[in-house]
Amino acid sequence: MTLPDAAHARALLRSMLLIRRFEERCAELYTQRKIHGFLHLYIGEEAVAAGSIAVLEPRDSVVATYREHGQALARGVPTDTVMAEMYGKQEGCARGRGGSMHVFDAETRFYGGNAIVAGGLPLAVGLALASRMQGEDRVTACFFGDGAVAEGEFHEAMNLAALWELPVLFCCENNLYAMGTALQIAQARTDLAARAAAYGMPAWTVDGMDVVAVEAATRRAVDAIRSGAGPHFLEFRTYRFRPHSMFDPELYRSREEVAEWKKRDPILLLERRMREAGMLDDAGMEALEREVAEEVEASVAFAEAGSWEPVEELTRFVYSERPGDPGEGEG
Amino acid sequence: MKTTYREAVREAIREAMHRDERVFLMGEDVGHYGGCYAVSKGLLDEFGPERIRDTPLAESGFTGAGIGAALGGMRPIVEIMTVNFSFLALDQIVNNAATLLHMSGGAFNVPVVIRMATGGGRQVAAQHSRSLEGWYAHIPGLRIVTPATVEDARGMLWTALEDPDPVLIFEHVMLYNMEGELAEDAGPVPLEGAAVRRAGTDVSLITYGGSLWKVLEAADELASHGISAEVLDLRSLRPLDDEAILATVARTHRAVVVDEGWRTGGISAEITARIMEGAFYELDAPVVRVCGVEVPMPYPAHLERAALPQVADIVAAARGLVEGQGEGADAGPARGSAGGSRGDAP
Repeated sequence: MTLPDAAHARALLRSMLLIRRFEERCAELYTQRKIHGFLHLYIGEEAVAAGSIAVLEPRDSVVATYREHGQALARGVPTDTVMAEMYGKQEGCARGRGGSMHVFDAETRFYGGNAIVAGGLPLAVGLALASRMQGEDRVTACFFGDGAVAEGEFHEAMNLAALWELPVLFCCENNLYAMGTALQIAQARTDLAARAAAYGMPAWTVDGMDVVAVEAATRRAVDAIRSGAGPHFLEFRTYRFRPHSMFDPELYRSREEVAEWKKRDPILLLERRMREAGMLDDAGMEALEREVAEEVEASVAFAEAGSWEPVEELTRFVYSERPGDPGEGEG
Repeated sequence: MKTTYREAVREAIREAMHRDERVFLMGEDVGHYGGCYAVSKGLLDEFGPERIRDTPLAESGFTGAGIGAALGGMRPIVEIMTVNFSFLALDQIVNNAATLLHMSGGAFNVPVVIRMATGGGRQVAAQHSRSLEGWYAHIPGLRIVTPATVEDARGMLWTALEDPDPVLIFEHVMLYNMEGELAEDAGPVPLEGAAVRRAGTDVSLITYGGSLWKVLEAADELASHGISAEVLDLRSLRPLDDEAILATVARTHRAVVVDEGWRTGGISAEITARIMEGAFYELDAPVVRVCGVEVPMPYPAHLERAALPQVADIVAAARGLVEGQGEGADAGPARGSAGGSRGDAP
């Protein structure tokens, strides 16, 4: 796959690097007890979010999972407000109500942050149905993992999207493990694109470690969806370098396997190719690292300086606030 | 004008579809079949398949799609054939519809309306006869309404569609054929606020949905025994109208809660607890409950009848309370209150 022009290649590299450095910082902050609860890192899978979301227009919608920091950052949800959300501060993109697993942002049409496996797929179908009924030219990109393919909601959503020819891009991030259960232990058929193809929609397998390949496949799919060809399914073969969450002792896979996949680190792959093509040198890489580090540190400072929502507001956002409403959420 | 409950719901849908182009109806057999309870009969011809949308048998999928469409700016009415099938969509209703506003810190609201039939009485046995609206009333983020009259069936859908948050409408299966008087200018009905359907002084009969009509009949019979019963129709199970519940108890000092749902952990328990919390010193006697017997619904008519609250049970409970004869004295096996209902073991 040929590299895009230097500026765009740099943008893709930057997008992946931002996710990587942001999440490395999150892991530190977790051990410092600044971030709590579940923290699912995307490290290793950056090419999928960076490459696919680069293709989307601002009018498009994104639905993601509990491992969604990458998608959120790639989508342009402000780094500051994502970090503040990690802290649970009210300056967070979801006012701190959601945390790591529930990033939402209306501005960028980022619909979560859904922590029930496959639960986001029907939502994506509905969002796409709405845009079709409204005559809006929107694509809804829905991210989920290989684990979701075993869920009933996956199949219900695939059928509905195909039946109604809706503008949905199904982005399956196949990182080979549903938490700690390997694909072949959980799936009767491990070729996930073939499962989707059974619903009569175009379904392709893509090297999810190659951001250029991810972008190219996504562009092809999104162009087809926009031209009215109905839903498409992309199976991105990728790998999670870190444990499932911060509590995972990783008993289910070998260090050798992880090391082998790290040789295909998506950031290193693109960096190497850009250097070979004369698009990047040491100074350029250092500048990029510095730029990203500054953005991440600024987000930490933003989150640190943020405030806690007053306990008096606990029951807000259970129901919508209406004119003349005291803001009570009690039912 | 005379109308049936079914026609009232249909007219409400039709009117909403005309009034707001964002409204559409989606569910199993709502289109070509005309709705499993014939509610949407004729609407496909009038509005076409985009807006009267038949779905596959995929409750979670199409309910979730309704939630997604609501997020996307539409005003979907999702019809789930019966409450029994809604359990297949629990993930979408409870984990998504009820939580998205909160999890997103107010960024995204979910203006979806989900209608479903509920209740027993048609001899369709255990998997088609449940009355589990009380379960849904447990969930913050949802609004639960139980229209019992043609006015409410007609007017609550309107209000539900205007509401920014998810509203679940429970339509009791035994009401669809019921006829009632509907004013020509019948308008929207609020989603909150119980209604006193009959004023009285001796005992409050608190109920909702399909049980309302049995309770009103019981009140008539109680009158012939010289007992003046007040009948409170809750209309909404979430939020509960605490003010109306406490006010009726303050007037009569005795309360019977009638619920087709089971007693253990049911909405009747919640109502009783609220009376205890808010009107304990108003009570002349402990609250009595008349609930569905705790058994999966049996098929034979005589057993089904025995499993559901009947007029005689309500009369007996109220007389026991007012006349001090002991609860259920005239009604055979006890269904509520201190003795526990059959099937309530251990």
